[in-house]
Amino acid sequence: MTQITRDDVLHLAQLSSLELSDSEITGLQADLGNILTYINKLSELDTKNVEPTYQVTGLQNVWRDDTVINYGVTREELLARSPESVDFQVKVPKVL
Amino acid sequence: MTTISDIQKQIKSSSAREVIENALKLARDNDDYHALLNLTEERALKRADAVDEGKITGKLAGVPFVVKDNFLAFGAPTTAASKMLEKFDAPLQATAVEKLEAEGAICIGKANLDAFAHGGSTENSAFGPTKNAYDKTRVAGGSSGGSAAITALDVVPFALGSDTGGSIREPASFNGVVGVKPTYGMVSRYGVVAMASSTDVIGTFTTNVADAEMVLQIISGRDVRDMTTLPDFFEVQSDIKPGLRIGLVKDFMTGDVDADVKARVNEYVEKLRANGHIVEEVSLPMAEYSLAIYYIIVPAELSSNLARYDGIRYGHRADGATTLAELYGRTRDEGFVTENKRRIMIGSYVLSSGFFDAYYLQAQKARTLLINEFNDLFRSYDMLIGPVAPTPAFKLGENTADPIKMYMCDIMTVATSLSGLPAISVPAGNSESGLPIGVQLMGPYRSDASLLALAREMETK
Repeated sequence: MTQITRDDVLHLAQLSSLELSDSEITGLQADLGNILTYINKLSELDTKNVEPTYQVTGLQNVWRDDTVINYGVTREELLARSPESVDFQVKVPKVL
Repeated sequence: MTTISDIQKQIKSSSAREVIENALKLARDNDDYHALLNLTEERALKRADAVDEGKITGKLAGVPFVVKDNFLAFGAPTTAASKMLEKFDAPLQATAVEKLEAEGAICIGKANLDAFAHGGSTENSAFGPTKNAYDKTRVAGGSSGGSAAITALDVVPFALGSDTGGSIREPASFNGVVGVKPTYGMVSRYGVVAMASSTDVIGTFTTNVADAEMVLQIISGRDVRDMTTLPDFFEVQSDIKPGLRIGLVKDFMTGDVDADVKARVNEYVEKLRANGHIVEEVSLPMAEYSLAIYYIIVPAELSSNLARYDGIRYGHRADGATTLAELYGRTRDEGFVTENKRRIMIGSYVLSSGFFDAYYLQAQKARTLLINEFNDLFRSYDMLIGPVAPTPAFKLGENTADPIKMYMCDIMTVATSLSGLPAISVPAGNSESGLPIGVQLMGPYRSDASLLALAREMETK
């Protein structure tokens, strides 16, 4: 059984940029522990000298012509989808 | 059930406008299934008129379809069934949608899904679950539950979905329609909300195999906007040679599997034998580990893909945050459902320093072992067969309290996803209580055409 503490949940939430409510923290603590216990099953496998697989197509260095693709979208259209923008710039609260 | 050619006859004898109006009416009449989140009515009717005026032509001129609402498409918001994107107005369309529109097909609505496609029952939709087309007290499956149900309800002859670990095949099985998860890289994913980039594929729901072949022929092919697409290879195969060697995966036929499911698979096997094919039991020992591999790799990839939903450039933004960190945290808390958070946090865990080698790297190595087993089997067998899911559609709410129990629904579908292999779910009859059951046909890399040819041959037997 993988023990996940409340602090572990808060740390993972911070790594994941999630501000969780108290009720959700309790539920996630149990769920994450159970899920980690399940996936720990893989520790049974001997993978010495096995290469990892990160992708299955075998495609490497896929090139395209060095020309700009027209995506049919303007800067204005994209900025219009931001919750707040000023003078062609996206506005955010202060960083610190 | 209605086929594409039935619809084309209706268009000829009446008009595209009438056919589209009828599809929209049927969609409204079936509202209580909650298969669709939004209709794209205005745009659909405009395109229908253009078909009737001869301005829009093509192989599917005037034929209505539906897309899972993680496809960017015009005419209604693209929500991914989340509060995060509830009002997101797509600035462009997915390549698959563009290709269908270029052949005159008409999208009439956006189908419900588990939020960001995280789930196997469509109960994780931020807007409420989709109900099974055969029993409203049961789930439609997921994550593409809306696409499956709307096809089974005969509102449209086909729908698009996405499949990361079974999200097309399981709902297809639960709703008695044909569901195709093509070879990884066969269909462009450009313009589809990303979940796990190394297993995400786009595929189809149809009422018969030939329609799936027709739609796949249109949407497949290399796309410079998706650098993971393979050079074009899919060509519909007219017939299948007898004497195929097919392996029945016994690891998927264990005691835990519902008796009706096993009975329908065994009947299909007998039918294959009666048609001159050879079916033998085979073993895939790594199948037992595939779900654990999947629930490491997929959360890892999606935790990265979902980092983009930060409330800055598009989508939901929380009110009143005074710092950037607070804005991110609250936006993501409000915009994601609990299952999204669970998976993102598991992803953060398995990728974090100290755990990376034990989980993520170990999973990628185990994935190699799984792929090696498939490769070995395909040296002796042309295809594999097994169930799609351990049970027919389960009750709404039955598995929601226990995430692991819900993940178990994917146990027979994730192995092919992790390996990039094509797999399809074809209707194989019903359970004793009348719920549809699908069988799964799986093939080697790029064998989509022969898998479909076999399924088409068996459909008429």
